[in-house]
Amino acid sequence: MALTTQSTLRVVLYEGANAQPLEAGDRFAALSALLEKGFAVTRVSGGRVAPHDRGSMLVLGKFAGGGSLATEGLSAETPVRFQDITGFDTNRIRESAESARAEFGAAKHGDWKPWFPVIDYDRCTNCMQCLSFCLFGVYGVDEQSKIQAQNHDNCKTNCPACSRVCPEAAIMFPKYKAGPINGDVVQNSDLGKEKMKIDISALLGGDVYSALRQRSDAAKTRFSKERDDKKALAERQKCLAKLANAGDIPIEVLMSLPSPEEIQRRAVEAKAKASAALAAQPN
Amino acid sequence: MKEAVLRKLAESGLAFDAVADLCEMSARQDSSLQRLAEGGAVKIAACFPRAVKWLFHAARADLPLDAAEVLNMRALSAEEVTAALFNPEVKPNLPEGKVTASDAPKAAAA
Repeated sequence: MALTTQSTLRVVLYEGANAQPLEAGDRFAALSALLEKGFAVTRVSGGRVAPHDRGSMLVLGKFAGGGSLATEGLSAETPVRFQDITGFDTNRIRESAESARAEFGAAKHGDWKPWFPVIDYDRCTNCMQCLSFCLFGVYGVDEQSKIQAQNHDNCKTNCPACSRVCPEAAIMFPKYKAGPINGDVVQNSDLGKEKMKIDISALLGGDVYSALRQRSDAAKTRFSKERDDKKALAERQKCLAKLANAGDIPIEVLMSLPSPEEIQRRAVEAKAKASAALAAQPN
Repeated sequence: MKEAVLRKLAESGLAFDAVADLCEMSARQDSSLQRLAEGGAVKIAACFPRAVKWLFHAARADLPLDAAEVLNMRALSAEEVTAALFNPEVKPNLPEGKVTASDAPKAAAA
């Protein structure tokens, strides 16, 4: 199921009318425990709580001895559970949230590391370099042929290669270690550094896919003669290390690349998509 | 850093939303982000303003350029972040650019 259609659980820590407030230390411990498990928590000290549009809601509070809460706008589409947490320690609070998540069939956080390109449309020129570059189908275009990141979960964790390909430094990975890829302000000096106006090419002074194919072919010939698995592995590692250094691409990503033939097929497909998108752009 | 900011928030009487991972919520196009973006003036303690602006955009929840202040926990100290959060004045600091409603992603082409 696509990320955008999965149901989520929203947790509300309610300390408004008809509920006792938590001690500050308990509140911090409860919030920390819930965040640690990936839940989003709204702390409410009064007023109204907006309904959750896509999923379920768990309302935690010290309701014991209090009156009933005024509820409105609830529907079968957005189920709500109220949980009195009087006397609960942080473990029980966390368990309540986990139990509600399971009961409502909400998405489990942490199964997927959120690593995906975020496009800065202030900088993007819709040149389609990223679409042409990515072999994993992360990019696509909207109805107006405008580039967008469409398949986030296809993206390879910790790989910022497409942002290095972008001639305008318009692609961010907010979890990346350094700017401007992490979203820091783009400096002129960054543009010089980031600008690799390529169709994959300049990474290794030539076509990466071609380089991979050539090395693979050469390795096959050599290894068939030498029959030395250790040498084969060493050669592959040397090649991959060079690629990894050139583009700051995790070695795991390179190791998981498909066969040269499949790489070529995907590259042709990606280029065709980019060409079609460029052709569809208004002049 | 995050823990120190959360502790200060927890000690305050303020209402707030705390999220485990803004990137994940953006990828899910979580409706909470739309609620925040449409709720008027907002302060967000997260990472770089440029990244936050476009994470919200990716979630189809454009933040108001004139009423959103992003406090960068990668660059500011916990004290600076909490002082800014508790300051009633909102100091908008999203990078201004060409984005308009027409720039929002449309449904994917078939």
